[in-house]
Amino acid sequence: MKAARITADGLYRAALGGAAALVFVVVALIVFEAARGSGLSIRTFGLGFLTSTAWDPVSEKFGALPYIYGTVVSSALALLLAVPLGIGSAVYLAEIAPRRVGAIVSFVIELLAAIPSIVYGVWGFFVLAPWLRTAIEPWLIAHVGFVPLFRGYPFGIGMLNAAIVLSIMVVPTIVSISREVLLSTPRSLREAALALGATPAEAIGVALDAARPGILGAVILALGRALGETMAVTMVIGNTNRISASLLDPAATMASIIANEFTEATTPLYISSLIEIALVLFAITIVVNGAARVLVYWATGGRRSAAALA
Amino acid sequence: MGTLTEPMAGDAERRGHAFTQTAETPGQAADPPGPGLDSKPVIEARDVCLSYGAHQVLHSISLAIAERRIAAIIGPSGCGKSTLLRCFNRMNDLYPPVRYSGSVMFEGTDILRSGIDLVELRRRVGMVFQRANPFPMSIYQNVAYGLRLLGVRSKRELEEAVEGALKHAALWNEVKDRLNRPALGLSGGQQQRLCIARALAVNPEVLLLDEPASALDPTATAKIEELILEIRSSISIVIVTHNMQQAARISDRTAFLMLGKLVEEGPTRDIFTHPRERLTEDYITGRFG
Repeated sequence: MKAARITADGLYRAALGGAAALVFVVVALIVFEAARGSGLSIRTFGLGFLTSTAWDPVSEKFGALPYIYGTVVSSALALLLAVPLGIGSAVYLAEIAPRRVGAIVSFVIELLAAIPSIVYGVWGFFVLAPWLRTAIEPWLIAHVGFVPLFRGYPFGIGMLNAAIVLSIMVVPTIVSISREVLLSTPRSLREAALALGATPAEAIGVALDAARPGILGAVILALGRALGETMAVTMVIGNTNRISASLLDPAATMASIIANEFTEATTPLYISSLIEIALVLFAITIVVNGAARVLVYWATGGRRSAAALA
Repeated sequence: MGTLTEPMAGDAERRGHAFTQTAETPGQAADPPGPGLDSKPVIEARDVCLSYGAHQVLHSISLAIAERRIAAIIGPSGCGKSTLLRCFNRMNDLYPPVRYSGSVMFEGTDILRSGIDLVELRRRVGMVFQRANPFPMSIYQNVAYGLRLLGVRSKRELEEAVEGALKHAALWNEVKDRLNRPALGLSGGQQQRLCIARALAVNPEVLLLDEPASALDPTATAKIEELILEIRSSISIVIVTHNMQQAARISDRTAFLMLGKLVEEGPTRDIFTHPRERLTEDYITGRFG
């Protein structure tokens, strides 16, 4: 009987261990395949691949800079729009709104995260783009056109459109995690602040201060999502390999160039270059997510991972 | 924040005389001059009733708190002693729906009146909670927090005030070399003394202590009690405690609350040696609790 128990224990252990190991194997294989696939491109272009703006399938000259630039700028811009909105909503929902309202509204906001990205893409292309083209962008050009950021022609699609769509897509992540983190900060902190003669706003400041590392984690997770978003961005960013200072101009991201050109990549070097872009994107995303984990762990004192909510 | 200071001070001046004449809470009227009556009342509750929704917690309580003395509020769990304490800085308001009737006079102003400046009130009536609740910041930043709220920006002024408050709270010698370390790294007793220092830093006139030692071991408790006796000469103190020995050891006057009613109030010595009420005697001799 004892032996049977030990055998069953061992099987159970092996089954669970195997399932866990499989995850690592899959990740390792992705890295391995991407590295192997991009070998030709790495050998041909070296580090110059990351700094070159050439993208010419005919003469087989490839460089990733416009796409790295597009990814970084569109994501940064998206965060610039989404962070104040997201943290503001989270503070309202956690601290000011009646409990019931907070629960209902945050449920609706979390629903936003469940909308497929193609739907955001369609909305960006058919609703946001015409509006930008006919109303917002002409106004920007006329009134703040002296800033290089808003120079050019009102295309409707381009960096600005992509950033707006991305920001709407990442707001739910920021709101739901920030709200959780705020709700998990002890009530006693607010009481202590109020008892010292803090105004309600100042007491919220204390809670925000305590929640800061967790909120930072939420922002970084949102950044991770923005960096990798493919479908919606591809539909609205305009897809060009030119780097332009103007936010009104079309651009491209690492994810969008892969989605657009993979089917037409016919030569080995062309394919290899696209795979190397995937490898770079993967590396950036891994680093960002790792940073988020560390921050959230630090914020919650290792209690529970708010990142698991994302 | 400063706008209410003037009206409040003005009120106190105008009503200065009325204050002493109308100081006729039942406790005071009945007692001969005892250790608590050698100073004027700083807080005076008159017929205070309080309900949370439909549930009435306090039933017409009248109680005077003497200036620069230690008043203890004792009673079994759930008798409303913390709620009564939180009337004095209106912390009950955080958990609506709360309804007050009666009045609590503080420096000539009825602080139960609606429209009172709660920020100003809470600056002048400080509070320390049952569980130490330091902010997740450095020791220094914790003590400086209230001063920063008041707009103190000068580094020297802040440093002096922080040092003064920490000395006041008998914590200076233990933390002076690590003021920039996180407050949450301190022991429970040190954290609680830090909270007292934080409250004292803004120079309140009254300090409310809500079972400040109930989560601490005997050594840490002794330190807190020592500190309370130490600051008694400069500030009026109201302490809620379920520990009768503690009330007997440190307080000048004791109020005994049960089921939201004030059973008896008087000089601590009298309450513990020959209480007037049978109920008080039963409670302090441990027949129920």
